[in-house]
Amino acid sequence: MAWIVNLVYLIAAVCFILTFKGLAHPRTAVRSNQLGAFGMLLAVVVTLFDKHIVSFGTIIAGLVVGSALGALLALKVRMTAMPQMVALLNGFGGGASVLVAGSALIEVEVMSGASLTQMAVATVASGLIGAVTFWGSLTAYAKLEEWSFMKDVRFKGQQVLNAALLLIAVGLGAQVVRDPSATVWYWALVAVSSLLGVLSVMPIGGADMPVVICLLNSYSGLAAAATGFVLDNSMLIIAGSLVGASGIILSQIMCKAMNRSLTNVLFGVMTGSGEQQSSDQVYAGKVKSASPEEVAMLFDTARRVVIVPGYGMAVSQAQHTVRDLTSLLEAKGIEVEFGVHPVAGRMPGHMNVLLAEADIPYEQVKEMDEINSSFPQTDVAIVIGANDVVNPLARTDPGSPIAGMPILDVDKAKTVVVVKRSLSPGFAGIPNPLFAAHNTLMMFGDGKKALLELIGAIKES
Amino acid sequence: MESLVAALTVFMLAVFVGFEVIRKVPPTLHTPLTSGSNAVSGITLVGALVSAGTENQLTTILGFVAVVVATINVVGGFLVTHRMLHMFKRKA
Repeated sequence: MAWIVNLVYLIAAVCFILTFKGLAHPRTAVRSNQLGAFGMLLAVVVTLFDKHIVSFGTIIAGLVVGSALGALLALKVRMTAMPQMVALLNGFGGGASVLVAGSALIEVEVMSGASLTQMAVATVASGLIGAVTFWGSLTAYAKLEEWSFMKDVRFKGQQVLNAALLLIAVGLGAQVVRDPSATVWYWALVAVSSLLGVLSVMPIGGADMPVVICLLNSYSGLAAAATGFVLDNSMLIIAGSLVGASGIILSQIMCKAMNRSLTNVLFGVMTGSGEQQSSDQVYAGKVKSASPEEVAMLFDTARRVVIVPGYGMAVSQAQHTVRDLTSLLEAKGIEVEFGVHPVAGRMPGHMNVLLAEADIPYEQVKEMDEINSSFPQTDVAIVIGANDVVNPLARTDPGSPIAGMPILDVDKAKTVVVVKRSLSPGFAGIPNPLFAAHNTLMMFGDGKKALLELIGAIKES
Repeated sequence: MESLVAALTVFMLAVFVGFEVIRKVPPTLHTPLTSGSNAVSGITLVGALVSAGTENQLTTILGFVAVVVATINVVGGFLVTHRMLHMFKRKA
């Protein structure tokens, strides 16, 4: 009978691979996601025939409670809060791996088909990665929710402490391998790894969050793969390594888009090498503030407009107002496109989801490389709640902390309108000469409110 | 040792398949990719099910908690991904 179960597991694994393949295009993506869910259902159903399962009460209770909570979360969450949601789910995946590996250690004969050494080594990996994922994700969640006690905590010797914790965890892991029957070592390992998870995410903040989310996503996959080694189950290994690969690719893309290495994001503090200009030097007397009416006049003659959204758009929930503005401009015969920086927002693709939520067709939303060549032919570029990703210092000042980071060249447009609450610096902590440029108009205020005023002014003119 | 090598073989091949397939996902869909892959990583659920169904009381408790969190991961992940992908499809 075991071969039938394994055959169904193989089918489920193929479903998962096709899930990722189908995500290559928005048209096929919905069906591919359903295929993934179907694969998961197959795997669950066939597992219930496992001869070691003696009672179903607990299982059914767990499935019902989990499904209800999961569905509630998924249907209630606002699209702007997607990074928090993903962080939380990542954590749960990691947590499940810790518990399953822990159970396998207790019920070796029932749970694991693998040799004792393989089982023990894999259990250690599963417990370590899983606990780091769980607590790291919860920390990331708290930071994304901006809970006040979750400031970017940095202290001297932090990396030494983390390295020491990792060494202790590995040492405890060696104990587990030496004597798998003494499960206390395993739970000690989990405790130390939990601390490591919290401490390693603690100092990372703000605009570096996308990298953390991707990395934790990758970890949750690797934890699942490690559990696959524990249970000697190929399907778990395949599914886990797919997710691991996905997270690693995304973190690479994010790091490249910030021109920083992964180690720099995880351990480094952003500092420039050269002399930094103070905000007074950059802004003094050069910043032009414009009223909604003045900005509205720009659109009387404009033919092409590019909108650049940033995290500020998510914060003020302005995506639907942006859509209204877009429709209004298009009704005037103006061509409107969107330019999205890879690290805009708090997770990869964050802005694209918000714009999709507001019914803006994805063909209209362009990647950085695609849109950059078109800025010189653009009459008005509207920047909404973005800062570092449009800072020309990245191109011009090799001493700046964002030197060499690819940016959206909005400053090459004929006129730039920046919607922003104040002149406060972005995550990199440096002034942005774009705000003082001769072709820039600042519209100070909350994103949504400012755009509503602008829409009103355009309608009146 | 033999089964470990077999498992490692599967692992390495799957990592390569993952790199090839996921590289082709466009940036527009990176958020659904993250949440969808998240749901897939909830596959640990199958291990949790066995653990929750055993006779041993301790593993049953561990298994129950594992089933709950893994199911949240799976159901929440696929459902929220569906919600997002649906929004992309609407205007296509």
